[in-house]
Amino acid sequence: MGLTAFLAMVRKDLLLFMSDRRAVIVAFAVPIFIGSFIGSITGGSGNRSDRPRVKVAIADEDGSTMSKAIVANALADASLTVTAVNGAEAKDRVRKGDSAVGIVIPPGFGDGSLQALRNRDAARPQLSIFYDPSRQIEAQLAQGVMTQHIIGALSTALNLPRPSPPFTVSTEPLTSGDNVPYNGYAHAFAGMGIQFLLFSALNLGIEMLVEREKGLWSRLRSAPVSRFLIVSAKIASITIISLMTLLVSFGFAMFMFKVRIAGSVIGFFAVAIACSMMAAGFGLLIAAIGNSPKTARGVSTLATLVMVMLGGAWVPTFVFPKWLQNVTVVVPVRWAVDGLDATTWRGLGLSSAVMPTLALLGFAAVFTAISLARFKWEEA
Amino acid sequence: MLEIRNVRKTYGSLVAVDDVSLTVEPGRLTGLLGPNGAGKTTTVSMIAGLIAPERGCVLVNGHPLSGDADPLKKKIGLVPQDLALYDELSARENLKFFGGLYGLAGLALEDAMKSALTLVGLIDRARDKVKTFSGGMKRRLNLAAGLLHDPDILLLDEPTVGVDPQSRNAIFDNLEGLKRRGKALLYTTHYMEEAERLADRIVVIDGGKVIANDTLAGLHARVPGGGNVSLESVFLTLTGRSLRD
Repeated sequence: MGLTAFLAMVRKDLLLFMSDRRAVIVAFAVPIFIGSFIGSITGGSGNRSDRPRVKVAIADEDGSTMSKAIVANALADASLTVTAVNGAEAKDRVRKGDSAVGIVIPPGFGDGSLQALRNRDAARPQLSIFYDPSRQIEAQLAQGVMTQHIIGALSTALNLPRPSPPFTVSTEPLTSGDNVPYNGYAHAFAGMGIQFLLFSALNLGIEMLVEREKGLWSRLRSAPVSRFLIVSAKIASITIISLMTLLVSFGFAMFMFKVRIAGSVIGFFAVAIACSMMAAGFGLLIAAIGNSPKTARGVSTLATLVMVMLGGAWVPTFVFPKWLQNVTVVVPVRWAVDGLDATTWRGLGLSSAVMPTLALLGFAAVFTAISLARFKWEEA
Repeated sequence: MLEIRNVRKTYGSLVAVDDVSLTVEPGRLTGLLGPNGAGKTTTVSMIAGLIAPERGCVLVNGHPLSGDADPLKKKIGLVPQDLALYDELSARENLKFFGGLYGLAGLALEDAMKSALTLVGLIDRARDKVKTFSGGMKRRLNLAAGLLHDPDILLLDEPTVGVDPQSRNAIFDNLEGLKRRGKALLYTTHYMEEAERLADRIVVIDGGKVIANDTLAGLHARVPGGGNVSLESVFLTLTGRSLRD
């Protein structure tokens, strides 16, 4: 009888989930939509032509042979998108956010810089650079690239060989294999999949509070089923729905954006299942400590957003300050994202999934234990 | 047979049920009457195993009920005051779930669903979602869910709240049919005419205590005027006229 009751409870939860159009959209369509968007702006599928360029507005007020050579070099640079404007327009474009950087080559810049090169006491012409303060990294990149182009133009004007460093640099993206480009969709879909599987778990936890309000809990408790069976069935159904959320997201990313489980397939599924069990524990926790569906929804949505933000689901944790990177090991989402990243685009083996899986199972156990301790089993 | 012996339940300093004893015989309907907050629902909850009594015990066919998974609970069916149904599921899917909780599966479950839906007149709407049902239909399905597993004892907690006269009458017919089949029914209600029509015995409870446990005629005999006054007058005489909020 126990198995029949268990299956009836799981089946009921799955039917209810599938019959709720809003829940299905939140679980499946929304993470795909947001994952596609974030993936496209964070590296895409590795197509180099898709790489973002720094937008630079250049005003050549000098018009000399050298300044024209500088502009021509900048226009040919693959890391820049150059717009030729006048001085006022350069400033205006940066202020409006149309360009990250504005550069004004003042009148006499070419001659002045040549004289300053020949005579150390000569006045040095001033190159004006304006930048968008919200895009400082792009400004620094543009400044470095433009310095290179100016030195190149000066060398040409002096009939000197173009200066080059006395070494060569080999750069190689460390992805899952040789000539395998970084796929930004892998991280984006991991992050969004985890975020929305938590939302699915949250909804199922709140559904338990709704069941209590509607008297369904009384009917369930009046049946000859143990508390262990009730909790086990709820964990099973939330785990299944959470896992479906994650796998549908990844399935779409594999089909549409060529995301691959380049590392351990077993490791990937171990992390995915452990993450879904953690979400089940989270759902139970909401049902245990929530007073009413309305208040529980507000608080748990905030908790979920904080967890996914600190866990690196939106932006990778390596951009966080060091102290925050250390602190976020207490956030379960961090382990889930790291585990999925390791087994997908990083192409790492099973050992890379062990710690994330154990950590997520640990969180699942802690959440479930707190839920059971706080759960209100009796009601008049 | 259902027997409740000296059960007590408190919530902090509030004594919800105090030393309540009653018996419900097979083929009989016992009405449990009382003002708001009298302890009716707490009593029903203790019988259904939703809450554990601090003292006393609940006996089903002479055996004490104990624990969440006690197989004796299969002998009891609960029809809660709330419409305890999943609106997004069909009537069939709801019954499939509730039947599964009692271990029903396969052909036995199909037969039980058919019988229960036929009894409450919803066999033609079996595949429709509950959210499309009227209040009366939901009440009847609520009843069907409680008797799906063919319990010997049926606990009905205000099962006719908010239904039209036609549905109420249909529910009464169902309950009279169940009595004829030998079921023991415990029925809580605020509607005196329901108790007058259905109950073989009436237990009046107030302040958590049983203040009367008698037949309808026996209750009438307790007040001046005897059989000339309504059950409501008898009830008000026994419980007083002060408001219970």
